[in-house]
Amino acid sequence: MNIPTNLKYTKSDEWVKVDGNIVTIGVSDYAQSQLSDIVYFEFKVDPGDAVHKDQTVATLESVKAAADVNAPLSGNVVDINESLTEQFEAVNTDPYGAAWVLKIEISKPGELDGLMDAAGYEAYCQERSH
Amino acid sequence: MFIPHTDSEREEMLKTIGAPSIESLFEGVPVKHRFPQLNLPPALSEMEVAAQLQELSQINESTRDLVCFLGAGAYNHYIPAAVDAILRRGEFYTAYTPYQPEVSQGTLQAIFEFQSLVANLTGMDVSNASHYDGATATAEAAVLAYHHFRGKRTRFIVSPAVNPQYRQVMRTYMDGYENLQVIGDGEPGDPLGAFEALTRMLDANTAMVVVQYPDFFGRVQDLSDLAAKVHAAGAILTVVINPTALALFKSPGEMGADIAVGEGQPLGIPLSYGGPYLGIFAAKKDYVRKIAGRLIGETVDQQGKRGYVLTLTAREQHIRREKATSNICTNQGLIALAATAYMSLLGKHGLRQVAELCYHKAHFLAEQINRIPGFSVDLTQPFFHEFIVKCPAPVGEINEYLLDNGILGGYDLSQDYPSLQTHMLLAVTEMNTREEIDLLCEVLKEYAND
Repeated sequence: MNIPTNLKYTKSDEWVKVDGNIVTIGVSDYAQSQLSDIVYFEFKVDPGDAVHKDQTVATLESVKAAADVNAPLSGNVVDINESLTEQFEAVNTDPYGAAWVLKIEISKPGELDGLMDAAGYEAYCQERSH
Repeated sequence: MFIPHTDSEREEMLKTIGAPSIESLFEGVPVKHRFPQLNLPPALSEMEVAAQLQELSQINESTRDLVCFLGAGAYNHYIPAAVDAILRRGEFYTAYTPYQPEVSQGTLQAIFEFQSLVANLTGMDVSNASHYDGATATAEAAVLAYHHFRGKRTRFIVSPAVNPQYRQVMRTYMDGYENLQVIGDGEPGDPLGAFEALTRMLDANTAMVVVQYPDFFGRVQDLSDLAAKVHAAGAILTVVINPTALALFKSPGEMGADIAVGEGQPLGIPLSYGGPYLGIFAAKKDYVRKIAGRLIGETVDQQGKRGYVLTLTAREQHIRREKATSNICTNQGLIALAATAYMSLLGKHGLRQVAELCYHKAHFLAEQINRIPGFSVDLTQPFFHEFIVKCPAPVGEINEYLLDNGILGGYDLSQDYPSLQTHMLLAVTEMNTREEIDLLCEVLKEYAND
């Protein structure tokens, strides 16, 4: 399981890359391996939309289940990775790269404290695989 | 009554939730409302009840006793005996969704055939496995459009020539959504007006336009130009169809519609008050993931043998959990099967023959009625098997006169359209014989001379 140490994580399995007040989010390697082959990806928001923490910003379906991607932080959507609606396999093959989901300009920096670091997330994943 | 729980089990459950007795669970209900006095006649034996019900049922008059010219959304067609025979086979005889779908290959195959037939008829790419009726299918199209635009387009334009009950159900469905606007069919307005009145309302906030084809008044209009205008505004065009008419006329798919919905009752389903009827829902491929209900697909198993699977239930509860935007647990599986049997038995040519008979008989009757003093029919507009008759008196009065003569008259349009006083909607199907048509004309002439 790949858990890059330069990223933050959520309990609903999003990864978060913080770059000043802009964060990039995606689906973790653990989540994609649990879901198995992704067959559909759909955005629920557009660039310019305001989102609040835990709001569903995208939904995806695998051969096993349907899942939501939630905003880990509140703010405004500044960019979405439109290519995912066609090339959703990237979620399986390159979850931390080509499969970035969207970028948010955060409005409540305090919410960053609620995210897990790589070690914390690894423990959280192990806890669930038992 | 069989209740599986033993006294000790009940004690245990009460203990777990901390309630002293079962009665205590109903404390929220005021005592006087717990066992209200019901005004019921004394109890009867089964034999007495059967006799009483039999007596009551004999007051009913059905299309078997009367000559029927009533339509307005439900039509009196002939149903081949084989439809019922297939329907009542034990393997098929359930209205419920197969919850372990892949073991029910026969049911899945029947639904797959239903979808293929409906897609073919409507000119659409995909059809789902059915809805409750035409009204709920129409409402589901509005739900689809709402979610398609992620709630950002809030204007829904509905033609006044869409079945009034469908419009009502659609409004009920949309009631809980914030800031939605359902317009286009309000009074004052011309219920018989052209599409221009609707296209003038199109804007960048419009999610969907709904029209009916043939419309509620039976008229058939080309939708191509309307479709182009709706699409230019970035909106979705939903067309409410009559499946029988589509055997004869150009399909909504060919004319650019995005969604086709409608009542499947004309396809081998008997007329009954309150149903069960059959909702048809078909769409272009772009919307496949936003369709409610289920979609059956054909595939091959590990040994390369043909098999059927539940391919898509993208909006349903068992997939989307609390985020589901639909819960069609009980589709009209059995009724869809009846429609499938009906369409298969008639075939492409048989269905067209039914449509042609309806069309020609309706046109013959319309011309005859137009010659009766006091009655008139607008023969300049193309129509299918239903048309408006302008009458010399309120429709209710004429219908009473007809009923005295064993005829079930047309639909009184003034019920839904204040501007259409003394306007009757008459429907003709292959079931109406030449003698019946002549009888109706005779009785109307008598009425006019009275």
